[in-house]
Amino acid sequence: MYVAVKGGEQAIRNAHELLAKRRRGDRDQAELAVGQISQQLALAVARVMTEGSVYDPELAALAIKQSAGDLVEAIFLLRAYRTTLSRFYTSQPVDSAAMLVERRISATFKDLPGGQVLGSTFDYTHRLLDFKLLAEGDSEVAEPAAPAPRQTDDGTMPRVMALLEQEGLMVCESSQGTPPADITVDPPAYPCDRSARLQALVRGDEGFLLALAYSTQRGYGRNHPFAGEIRIGEVEVSILPEELGFEVVIGTLQLSECEMVNGFSRQADGEVRFTRGYGLAFGQQERKAMSMALVDRALQAPQYDEEIKAPAQQEEFVLSHCDNVEAAGFVSHLKLPHYVDFQSELELLRRIRSARADETMSGENDDEQ
Amino acid sequence: MSSNGVRDGYNFAYLDEQTKRMIRRALLKAVALPGYQVPFGGREMPMPYGWGTGGMQVTAAVIGRQDVLKVIDQGADDTTNAVSIRAFFRDLTGVRTTERTEEATLIQTRHRIPEKPLREDQILIYQVPIPEPLRFIEPSEVETRKMHALEDYGVMHIKLYEDIAHYGRIATAYAYPVLVNGRYVMDPSPIPKFDNPKMHRSPALQLFGAGREKRIYAVPPYTDVRSLDFEDYPFEVQRWEQCCAICGSRDSFLDEVIIDDRGSREFICSDTDYCRSRTEQAVDNPSGARPGTDEEAANAEGARNAC
Repeated sequence: MYVAVKGGEQAIRNAHELLAKRRRGDRDQAELAVGQISQQLALAVARVMTEGSVYDPELAALAIKQSAGDLVEAIFLLRAYRTTLSRFYTSQPVDSAAMLVERRISATFKDLPGGQVLGSTFDYTHRLLDFKLLAEGDSEVAEPAAPAPRQTDDGTMPRVMALLEQEGLMVCESSQGTPPADITVDPPAYPCDRSARLQALVRGDEGFLLALAYSTQRGYGRNHPFAGEIRIGEVEVSILPEELGFEVVIGTLQLSECEMVNGFSRQADGEVRFTRGYGLAFGQQERKAMSMALVDRALQAPQYDEEIKAPAQQEEFVLSHCDNVEAAGFVSHLKLPHYVDFQSELELLRRIRSARADETMSGENDDEQ
Repeated sequence: MSSNGVRDGYNFAYLDEQTKRMIRRALLKAVALPGYQVPFGGREMPMPYGWGTGGMQVTAAVIGRQDVLKVIDQGADDTTNAVSIRAFFRDLTGVRTTERTEEATLIQTRHRIPEKPLREDQILIYQVPIPEPLRFIEPSEVETRKMHALEDYGVMHIKLYEDIAHYGRIATAYAYPVLVNGRYVMDPSPIPKFDNPKMHRSPALQLFGAGREKRIYAVPPYTDVRSLDFEDYPFEVQRWEQCCAICGSRDSFLDEVIIDDRGSREFICSDTDYCRSRTEQAVDNPSGARPGTDEEAANAEGARNAC
């Protein structure tokens, strides 16, 4: 007699043991250390921290190790850990004008206060595989003679947008003074507030945002972008404990920030001004920050009375599909058993077909009569 | 493992008490508005979205130390995801688990309602992938919320009518839409329509959790749940020409199992507990004297031959 497959519990245990074995790989190779990942795969760590919504290079590196380099899985691990954390304080807004800049470029001005600082970048590298890296052992890495970024008199590097704002050429961004939304605590409701939108985009999948951003450049919601400024560096994070009454710096974050200058639009006061999009990510993640800025601008379409016709302009579409933990979960759930639903469809399909066969048969009989 | 049977370092049932309270408030609202989808601050769970995170959050919010938990997927207690969720709650609550429907106080389910009728002291918790019954007609949440508010359900009937025009019958076999308490059209989750009648005036409280979509809804005990249909095309459930190859049941939902490479098939109960208890009773009572049982059910082998 047929007996339905049993033993799920043991099978799951075996599968997980095999996973651990595969993750470790060939034991002739040294085990990968978390420190090596956070130091030598820093860009992967940055992505996991950004989309995982936790700034902790060690935990992100651990997640990457545990997930055998599957970054979406690593992001999920970090998110699942994040939900169990208590929140003690909300930090004060970070000030990216006071950033200790490692890299800062503007595609809109040849020179500007603080100057162009190339920093570390893949840009202008020739994408030729470097076979020297195949060699075992520590290869010599020259210490670059990086000139210290020119900073202005007050030690800060002013933002390009502020310069355009001063001249009245750029729409101003100002805080409404309302506490920012937190989509990890409150369910999203559409249309949503800009803070919720930006939060969703920061957590959003880099690949998805990149594709949407690209689509705006190809005419699906074109918004005439210029990379006004991209800056990467360390900013201080501070909290303001009520019982103390003054700010206390609790650490620093490495951030990538992108401000796009976008096509101008006539404003309520009758003046024509440039519009803007904003992108932010943990660590060095220019591609993510730029994509986010383009999509942020595309989503401002209603604000500028632009016709909403491209996917990147549709807030509900973009925000409800940009999260890769949600998306990967729901796509992968198709692997779960669907015996019952499929049986229902089978039964229905057979019934529709047999009804049709009956009709055809009775039709033939009618002809004979 | 701490003394109360909960994994060290974790709160009872994983979620912190404030989150559970938030979910319970959403549940109370859901019970007060049968069939209405209540948005809630769904949390990330340590299992993937789409794998029952909504049902798990509801279970975590209502489970107490006295509860006895049963978890099924496709009607079966031993499918891998049911095993995994059951192990999760055993690990994080220490409550007793069971496979027997009648012993359970909480039953978390994916895609089925148990065959045995439920009681007032039981809660059935459904895992829901897409809570919005209108979603595949209108993809925008902004629009569907308006349609629910205005009781604008004409499109749903048009969809069912178009099915009849194309296929000669309503071509929805699972997640068949229902009208709850004469007000809200509700997605019963992807249960086969075979199970829809069990929802109607059920003595058990029925709770629905959609984690990824962050919605909770409910059907309180003894609430009207009508499957949408037309007078001339009344709602009907699946039926099989075969009976269960193991217990001989003719009344339960049957899964088709392909048993050789020539495509020969057998049909077996999807509800493994129902099937097992019928087989046990048949063994205990081989004379077939159990009331209300087909005679062929008395002997499993006999049953196969009879079908």
